Amino acid sequence: MFHRLLLAAGLAVALASPARAASPDEIAALRAEFESKFQSLQADYEARLKALESRVQTAEIKADNAQQDAAANAGPPPVSSSAFNPDISLILQGAYIDRAGGERPISGFLPADEHAHGERGFTLDHTEVVISANVDPYSRALVNLALADDEVEVEEAWFQTLRLGHGLTVKGGRFRSGIGYQNERHPHAWDFADNSLMYSALFGEALKQDGLQLRWLAPTELFLELGAEVAKGQFFPGSDGGADKNGAGAWAAFAHVGGDVGVAHSWRAGLSYLRASPREREGFLDDINDFEALTAFSGRSSAWLADFVWKWAPDGNPRQRNFIFAAEYFDRDEDGDLLCRDDSAAGGACLGLTDRYASAQSGGYAQAIYQFMPRWRTGLRYDRLDGGSVDFGTNGAFFEAVDFDPSRWSLMTDYSPSEFSRFRLQFARDKSFEGDPDNQVILQYILSIGAHGAHKF
Amino acid sequence: MKSLFVFVLTAFFLAAPAANAALNVLTCEPEWAALTQELAGDLAQVSSATTALQDPHRIQARPSLLAKARRADLLICTGAELEMGWLPLLQREAGNARIQPGQPGYFEAARFARIIERPTALDRAQGDVHASGNPHLHLDPRNIARVADGLTKRLADLDPVNGARYAQRNTDFQSRWTAAMARWEQQGARLRGAPVVVHHRNLSYLADWLGLQVIGELEPRPGMEPTAGHLAELLETLKATPARMVLRTAYESPKASEWLASRATIPALELPYTVGGSPGAKDLFGLFDDTLSRLQQSAP
Ligand SMILES: [Zn+2]
Repeated sequence: MFHRLLLAAGLAVALASPARAASPDEIAALRAEFESKFQSLQADYEARLKALESRVQTAEIKADNAQQDAAANAGPPPVSSSAFNPDISLILQGAYIDRAGGERPISGFLPADEHAHGERGFTLDHTEVVISANVDPYSRALVNLALADDEVEVEEAWFQTLRLGHGLTVKGGRFRSGIGYQNERHPHAWDFADNSLMYSALFGEALKQDGLQLRWLAPTELFLELGAEVAKGQFFPGSDGGADKNGAGAWAAFAHVGGDVGVAHSWRAGLSYLRASPREREGFLDDINDFEALTAFSGRSSAWLADFVWKWAPDGNPRQRNFIFAAEYFDRDEDGDLLCRDDSAAGGACLGLTDRYASAQSGGYAQAIYQFMPRWRTGLRYDRLDGGSVDFGTNGAFFEAVDFDPSRWSLMTDYSPSEFSRFRLQFARDKSFEGDPDNQVILQYILSIGAHGAHKF
Repeated sequence: MKSLFVFVLTAFFLAAPAANAALNVLTCEPEWAALTQELAGDLAQVSSATTALQDPHRIQARPSLLAKARRADLLICTGAELEMGWLPLLQREAGNARIQPGQPGYFEAARFARIIERPTALDRAQGDVHASGNPHLHLDPRNIARVADGLTKRLADLDPVNGARYAQRNTDFQSRWTAAMARWEQQGARLRGAPVVVHHRNLSYLADWLGLQVIGELEPRPGMEPTAGHLAELLETLKATPARMVLRTAYESPKASEWLASRATIPALELPYTVGGSPGAKDLFGLFDDTLSRLQQSAP
């Protein structure tokens, strides 16, 4: 086609050339030349087209021939998540929340978050971008960014090995720790609109680690997985001060076992241990003057977590109906020194003393989720924490002794028009803040666009 | 801590591999387990991650599957995004280098099959469409034959000592399969052009092979549960263009198809879909024998 155009254009230029008037003979000769060239070109193209057609035909015959290896001819293009473009997904999670305002820390527990007051009214809550792809045949990388006004928080940014074999997988970077059951699940995968009290008290949202994780899956019939993590330890229950050193500021270990019972039931149980060494970890505590006193804890923090999950679906097909039961329990000991900053000038009780601080606290939650028909699920969760024993040493003079076990009941129903969207209504009777129980209502949406997420157990 | 140590030790002892089977094979779906059995016999120890009563789109990488994937020499799946919600997780978390994409220990049936219904546009508004075409490819027996050839080569690659035996078993399988296909096609000849309604597009290959004419789907969009509104619309359509029957598979709820069938006064028919989906579908031959006989009985 292009050749023909060029030829025609050339001819037109030649014919129209004003510089030299062409004789009719010359024009006729040129025309003849053009015709012959054009015809030979046409013949050439026809021959090539025929050749191409016959090649396509043989290819088709080959593809249809069952004796042939169909891979090259008939198979679909190799599509997988390791394609050149990374998988990108975006999660929108917003809510309308009706609850008591103001600071409402979990009574009797050192706060894991600076701000203990939850948002109310309409809120964007959580917007997340997840980008992942294989780096090369040997590893995969993932970045999870939480977007909020004026800030982007790196929730996760890690690589994971793919080909170590022998059941070994190494993860490095910032990742959600493998301890417990809920810890690795991002908020959009939670079965309730808010965090369990256990995880709020233990980690704020979830334990993130900047470091390395090694997992080993045993070559056994029974699922048995062991894991160990060494990390910087700057996140609660660690602190920036404790992380400012060579070596690891925190380490964790976990073991999971699991399997099936018949075709309809499957389960997993786990035991985890976490050790952190916070230095001057800051936290606000209400003192006897009802003043928010700034405290700084230095010492060691260790926690045991036990988790159990059991899932049921008729014939193992969760599409119509399914049931999930999950429960976790923790036991945390902290031992060290607590400084209660001198704030008497501002009205606080503290006199700037540093003295021994020791606490032994525990708690947990149990929840059940039932999908009673396609698209519809309902769930009930019970949270309970045990304030246990807290010894402030001489600083005890500035704090009222708390003898209180925070608890909460939550009831939710959610509706999922598709795998990519979910709408949830949740009621909770919250008794985690001493002396002021609260009734809470949350209407939530969770939408995901982009790559298809994987269904973690 | 001590009990944990004892536990780990016990785990090591339990880990002794099955000595007599050459290859440990895990398949994503029962049809590939059945095919591997045809081709490998007792040269392989085969198990399937799913049963015929489970929806292969919606499975979780549960602990027992991870434990199986950990020990597999060969993982056989349909591919074409059928298992995209759980297979990548299974491959990544099993700590098994052999079954990673691109390795000989991972076999994707879709690469050897003829794929139909490739979407021209990709938009989630169209439901959960599969970008690389319809993945329910095993219900066209010609695809089974193609995949069998590919799988035979792969088995021989992984276990060259027994290469000749795989090839010989495949030759035997192919000749029995060709004969059976001729029989099925003859049985199905009367169904050619029969208008049918299907639950999901998982019967497209069967329809394509037998020449059934799919005039409606119970799912408003692929992968989405049937809605009352959509079923009512479908019923209206059937008044103008009647269908011979409503087809569903063993893993789909009978509610929607029975609702529609009773109002349209046509039979609602459950097909085994894959091996294990009915008492008759004991192997691949039984799967098609039973499917054809059910279709014949319902459309006299
Ligand atoms: Zn499908």
